[in-house]
Formats: sequence, C-alpha cells, structure tokens
Amino acid sequence: MKASNSLWKQKLAGSIAPELASELDIYDNEVLLRKTGKIDEKVFAETRLRRGAYGQRYDNGHRHDGVASRTLDFAPSDTSKGPGTLWDANGMQRIKIPFGGMNAAQLETMAELAEEYSDGIGHITTRQDFQLHFVHIEDTPALMRRLAASGITTREACGNTIRNVTGCPIAGVCRDQSFDVTPYASALTYFLLGHPDCQDFGRKFKISFSGCRDHACALAHMHDLGAVAAVRDGKRGFEIYVGGGLGSVPQQAKLFDEFLSEEELLPTAQAMARVFARLGEKKNRNTARLKFLITKLGLDEFKRLVKEERALLAPDPRWTSYLKDVPAYKEEALKAGSLLQVAPANRPEGFDTWKSYNVYQQRQSGYSTVTIALALGDITSAQLRALADVARAYTKETIRTTVEQNMVLRWVSDSDLVAVYNALKAAGLARPGASTISDVVACPGTDTCKLGISSSRGLAGELTSQLSARDSMDESVRNLHIKVSGCFNSCGQHHICDLGFYGVSRNKGGFAVPHFQVMLGGQWENNAGSYGLAIGAVPSKRIPEVVDRITSRYVSDRQAGESFHQFVKRIGKAACKAMIEDFTSVPAHDSDPSYYIDWADAREYSIGDIGIGECAGEVISPIDFQLAACERLTFEAQLALEAGEVAKASSTAYAAMVNGAKALVGLRVPVLGDDPETIVANFRTQYHDTQLFFDPFAGAKFAQYFFQAHERRAEAPSAERTHQLIEEAQLFIEAAHACYARMSVQATKQ
Amino acid sequence: MQHFRVKLPVTAGTQPDLGAAIPVFHRWIQKKTLPELLIDVADYRHVPMGPGVMLIGHDAHYSLSETGLLYNRRTAMDGSVRDRVLSAINASMTAAQFLETEAEFKGTLSFAMDVMEISVNDRALAPNNDATWEALQFDVRSALSVIWGPGAFQLERIGEPRELFTVRAVRK
Repeated sequence: MKASNSLWKQKLAGSIAPELASELDIYDNEVLLRKTGKIDEKVFAETRLRRGAYGQRYDNGHRHDGVASRTLDFAPSDTSKGPGTLWDANGMQRIKIPFGGMNAAQLETMAELAEEYSDGIGHITTRQDFQLHFVHIEDTPALMRRLAASGITTREACGNTIRNVTGCPIAGVCRDQSFDVTPYASALTYFLLGHPDCQDFGRKFKISFSGCRDHACALAHMHDLGAVAAVRDGKRGFEIYVGGGLGSVPQQAKLFDEFLSEEELLPTAQAMARVFARLGEKKNRNTARLKFLITKLGLDEFKRLVKEERALLAPDPRWTSYLKDVPAYKEEALKAGSLLQVAPANRPEGFDTWKSYNVYQQRQSGYSTVTIALALGDITSAQLRALADVARAYTKETIRTTVEQNMVLRWVSDSDLVAVYNALKAAGLARPGASTISDVVACPGTDTCKLGISSSRGLAGELTSQLSARDSMDESVRNLHIKVSGCFNSCGQHHICDLGFYGVSRNKGGFAVPHFQVMLGGQWENNAGSYGLAIGAVPSKRIPEVVDRITSRYVSDRQAGESFHQFVKRIGKAACKAMIEDFTSVPAHDSDPSYYIDWADAREYSIGDIGIGECAGEVISPIDFQLAACERLTFEAQLALEAGEVAKASSTAYAAMVNGAKALVGLRVPVLGDDPETIVANFRTQYHDTQLFFDPFAGAKFAQYFFQAHERRAEAPSAERTHQLIEEAQLFIEAAHACYARMSVQATKQ
Repeated sequence: MQHFRVKLPVTAGTQPDLGAAIPVFHRWIQKKTLPELLIDVADYRHVPMGPGVMLIGHDAHYSLSETGLLYNRRTAMDGSVRDRVLSAINASMTAAQFLETEAEFKGTLSFAMDVMEISVNDRALAPNNDATWEALQFDVRSALSVIWGPGAFQLERIGEPRELFTVRAVRK
C-alpha cells in the first residue's frame, strides 16, 4: 500500500463535494477501525462492498501452484477484510460509470489510479463499469478520494444495492432511437444513489436504458428494470420491463408497462425498490433477485403492489425537477461536421477496414461515433491518457464505455476520421473488428475471480488472436458474437450471443480437465431477445475448433438471409450437438497433458486440490457414466422443448436430476431402487443435511433446484418454466460432478 | 519515497516470446525464485503496447513486454531513499539475469544493462515536476554510482507531465 495515502485528503480538500468527502472520511475510518479489530469482519465486508471494494481470487491466502495448494505467506496478521479474506491479499475495485459516460479528465484519473494502485490496466466490464485489480484495501480510501475529485463515485458499485445504471452508448446519436435516454438514465442514477428505499435489498438490482427496441446496446431484457424509450401521442415515456437477469438460471424480463410516462419513471422505480425491499427474499441469496419475487408473486400481483406503493409515496420534487432541463440537454461537437475528404489512395493502411467496423454514422450529418475496440476490455494507463488527448483534440470529450467492453468516442467530424485513426493507431487503440466475432467478450474468470472455474480470459484471448489473424472470413460469420464466462454465473453474458461458453470442469482418470459448456440459440439483438441453452461440455483446448466447425457449417448450410439464431433453430439442437461430439473426448493424461492445462496458464489444472495426486490411467468409475447419462437426459429435454413437447421436456429434465441424485446417493446407500421419494429423502439426509453437496460459494442452491423440481413435478409446466428447469437440471448435474470430485479428493487424502 | 519502478529495455533487435514467460513465471512462484512474495501470473499479451506477461507479487510486480522488463515496487522498503532505489535496481537486474538464463529464453532474450528508466510510482510524494527532480537526483545518482561507478552515466528526465516522474540513465 502507498505510504502517501493520507496526503490525498489534504491535497483534494475542497475538490470533493462535501457530502461525498464526509462519506469517504467515514469509510477511511472504517478501514482503520477494521485494521485494529474494532469493527466486525462481516460488517466491514458489506461496508467495503457497498463502496465497490471486492474480493479477489486467492484472497483466502491459498493458491494451487500446479503442484500443490500453497499458503501465500503474507505478513502475519489477525486482521481480515471479511470472513476468510486476508487483509493484505489483493482485491478488486469496481468503479461505477453511469450509462458509461466519461470525460477526458476522468480517463486521466483512471490512468493514474491503474498505475499507482493496480497493475497499470483499467478493465471495462460488461456493465460499463471500470475495474482495477490487485488493489490493497488500505489504498482504497485514497483511490476513492481521487475518483471523487473527478466526479466519480464507487458508492453502491457492489453489494445488495442499485448497481451501475447502464445505457445505450450511442444514445443521442443513434439513427434508430426514439429519443436520447441519457438525461433520464442520469436522473434515475442520482435519484436512487444512496436512497433510503434502496438500502435494504436482499440482493442487487440492475437497471438499464435503451433508446430503441431492436438493438442490443443496453440489453433491456436481462435487467431487473429495463427501460426502452417510447413516444406516444408526441409524449415521451418508456416501455418498462422487469425481472430479467442472467446468473445461473437466466430469465427474460417481462413487460411491466407498455408506456410509462417520463413523469412517472422515477416514482415508479422508487415504488418498485420499496416492494423489492419489503417482499424480496433476504435469507437465501440464491433466490433473492427481483426475478424470483416476480415468479413467486406473479407479474400481475407485482404490478398491483408497485402501483399501490406508488400511490402511497410522498411526493418528491426530484421526480420531475430534472425534466425541465431535458429538452435542452444535448451533447455538442467540437468541430463542424463535414465529409471525409481523404481520397482512398491517400488513406493510411488499415483505415478502410477499421472504418467499416469501428465507425458508426451518427444521425447528425457529418459526424461519426468511433469505437475503440479493447481486447477483453483492457486498456493501459498510457492508452487512457492518449485517448483523453484524442477526445480533447477532436470532440468535446464525449466518451462512453460499452457493454461489449469497448469505448466509444462520439461526435467525431467525418473529416477528422483519418487523423483520429492515426492517433489511435499510434497508441495501439485502432484494433478493427468492433462488435464482430473477433471482439470476444469475457468476464475475469480464473484470472482474478474467486468463482472462476475455467479460464474465460485465456480462451477469449486465444479466440481473439486466432479470429483477428484471419485474412478472410464470410461476412455472416464476421458479424457473430462470442461471449465467455468462467463459470455458470454469466458475468460474461454467455446466454445472449451466438456462441456462448461457460467454464465447467470434468475428471478424467483422476485428473481435472478444464471444459466449457457450449451455448447456442441466444440472441444479442433485440435487447438480448432470447437466451441460449447448453448443448454439451467440450475440453477448453478444443473450443477454437468448435467455433470453426459450427461457423463453417453455418456458412455452408445456411439459407438465404438466415441469421445464425434462425439457423440453429432450424437445424435443431441434436444436429448442433452432433457437430461437436467428436471434440468431447479427452485423451489420457500421459498421452496428451496439454488438455489438463488451461489457456494462458502453465499449471496443471485444478479447482482447489481436485485432480492432483490421483492415479493416472484410473478406470472411469460407474458414477462418471451415470452423470454422463444425466447430461444426455438434460440434452434430450432441450430437444423435446425445441420440438414443442413441453411436458416431455419437463419430465426428462426432472428425471436427469433424479438420476444424478441417485448416482450420488448410490455411493452411500447401495440398495436404493428407483422411487423418487426415496432418492430425494436419501439425497436430503446424505448430501444436503451433511452439506456434502454444498457448492463452496453457492451453498445449497443446486440442491434446492432439485427439491423444488421434485415438489413441483405434478404441475403443468409452461415452456418458460421448463426452459428454466432444464437450466437448473444442467447446473444440478454440474454440481454433482463437482461434489463427486470433492469426495474423490477427500478419499485420496484419507 | 518508496514505490520505485525500474525498467530495463531488451537489447535492440530482440523480440521476446512473451508466451514463454508464462511457464517461467509460474515456475518462479513454485520455486520461490525471487525474495518477494509472488502470487500469480497475468497474461496481457492481447493488449497492444501493454505490459505483456506480468508476475503479480505482493511486494512487487514484474512484467516482461516487447520493450523490456519492468520492476514495480508495491510495498515499503527499508533504508534510505538511495538504498531503496538501489534495491529496486538490483531486483530488476537480478530478475533480468534469471530470465536470460531460463531454458525458454536462453540465447533469445537479453537486456541492455547499460540503460534503465527509474520512476516513482506515487504522485502524492513525487509529482512529476522540478522539485521532485531536485529532491531525488542525488539519491538516484548515488545509487547508480554503486552499479556503474561514479560519473559513469548520464541522467535525464523523460516523459510528459501526466506520466510518473521518470528519469533515464545511460551508461557512458
């Protein structure tokens, strides 16, 4: 940590809004009090989370170095940042960027902070935040003061709060928008920030604003509250969607209101927050998101409760006071808009390719929005400063981050495009292919996330490198989207793209093998219009071949005008699965150890201690076969759902779970039979009550999926519920794999 | 002042295979090759003009990029300012020598040990201005004298005002 941290308080006195300065003084004291053991560690953990200071991988002081799990020898200390989290261990700082809007000075601040407190890299997330990794907790007060002095807060960046309010990065310049949603996103952000009605949630709450229905820029359908701009009878308002979310079991948001007037936006959001705080689950975090409350209550009852709550609210002038400024709100250009006047022969090498993908013609004649395509969302401190220079030289600092982990520079006069390209190129920021198949999105995964199972960034880096290097590519393939998550939690948004992947692990001969589940059928367009489903797990090292195989088939077999989403739907999941079948086998450790090492790593792969020290060449155990059969059943459920056989799909998914539980219970109760009641009862006593089945982070979540499926097995299933049940069955089987792996390791140690 | 950074450029014409640094750095963690607490390896090869491959540590980060090896001190060091500068230089040179002799790099990677850039990664204590230059010059010269001999080098400030305070030292 920096010896100079205390100096920033004096240096920045007067530069920070008094209320914020006071908040940060309090936080500074809390850090000090926790260091001296005067605040409970759980209280401090929630305190820092609400300030965006998050845990990071290995912060429990242990790391598997490829040979064994070793203790990281931090200086002895009795202090922790939270349960099982060492004081000196690296942490992640998330920084909220409302609707992605930034100016040049803020980029420069970010550059300084990345350099001084992190590893010199700023990382843009899939929700338009910035993240800095490898940050010491004692540096966070100074870091936050420096952000505050440039107008950025980290308040409520994590924890059970209203998270960053995201917005379309081309709002205001978009050719298809109903109107510019920026002032509304800004007003709602600051209205709800620290609002007393938003301090007692059981879980986080995410909001997004989109200017149109059709494009994906703000992903309205995957948010707790998605607002899509609409105009009715000349009046502005919003189509409101509620209860969307990805996570382990994704749900599409439901239409709450076809047209909510602009005057009602803030009070309705406040009323929604109050209902969520009052009735949302508090004890079981796995069912605490708004989507679960809406499922439990039903949409109509939720609507009724929100409207009832709205009627009871005491009027607040902030609801509408900002509206008087909305008509006048507009960004301005630095220069007059004019045509690009450099003849093709005189344009720099690479310019035309870059322009074709990274330049968007604005609705305002003579102006473009330029996308700075950042590989995996990473940008260096030097690049942040260079981008600040470009933003000042060619625009009025109209910069935004995007949910595709990129940045955009708005209001570039077309006549300046060559100069902007040259400046960006000199800084290493002119990578072409924005929003194409080579612009791969990935969550942090095993690089820094405590929940990561496989290396999402390693795979994404490899795919980016391979796909960017191709000289030629069919245009229909180039426009596909790939997203990668390191686990089922979907921070990489693997459900809402053409080719999605999420990390899982498998055992082979006693060794752990990194895999990715392949997700097809999702849709990025139409504000995340539909979610994909898993078709099978493939070893990590073979995923690039999977991408090649599937995209080649799409090129050769697609019908005229057929989108990838339509293509997958037409050929069906069985054909898709057949395409990847020959990639699923894993050679023995002795014959090809490369399968047992993840991308961008050199260590033997493991999750904790799994897979190490076990005998290579061990025969596959019966339970491996049984769990593989369960996966097959889950897939058959998908096929049935695809064919419209909802009841069959539901019962097959349920059967997959019962058989998975049976396989595990069979390890402890040899004569079990097939009666589901007996299997459930035994699973409960042997695996749930003993916590043997509990996921290290998700706890009883996956066991609860099974119990709920059993309790609801007689209900007439809807297609939506069945889609969810299939997801749950897949995760239950994954958890069974993980449970068995943990048991195997335990047995080896004994 | 505590948080010194030292960058050693690769020899002109050298293009290190950055991917090879991944197994090397993991091995250094396993074998505790360096005196600092080493934690993990971060692969930033996808970032143009980026840090390349980083060896993440508690006390210091090391990164090998196309342009050189950077030592970035994170925790406080003992001794006078001169001692700390000298420690940072020695740490970077030691790591560079280790890298040159690793099997993955043998004969393909070398560092220009007669040039280095020294920065202070703390803008509160060392803003990039003349006052810092005045305050630090003696200690940096003194530390470099230990490495290259008194008067055997030239020292100049480099970089723009927004960057960290940085000097370039070139052995005569």
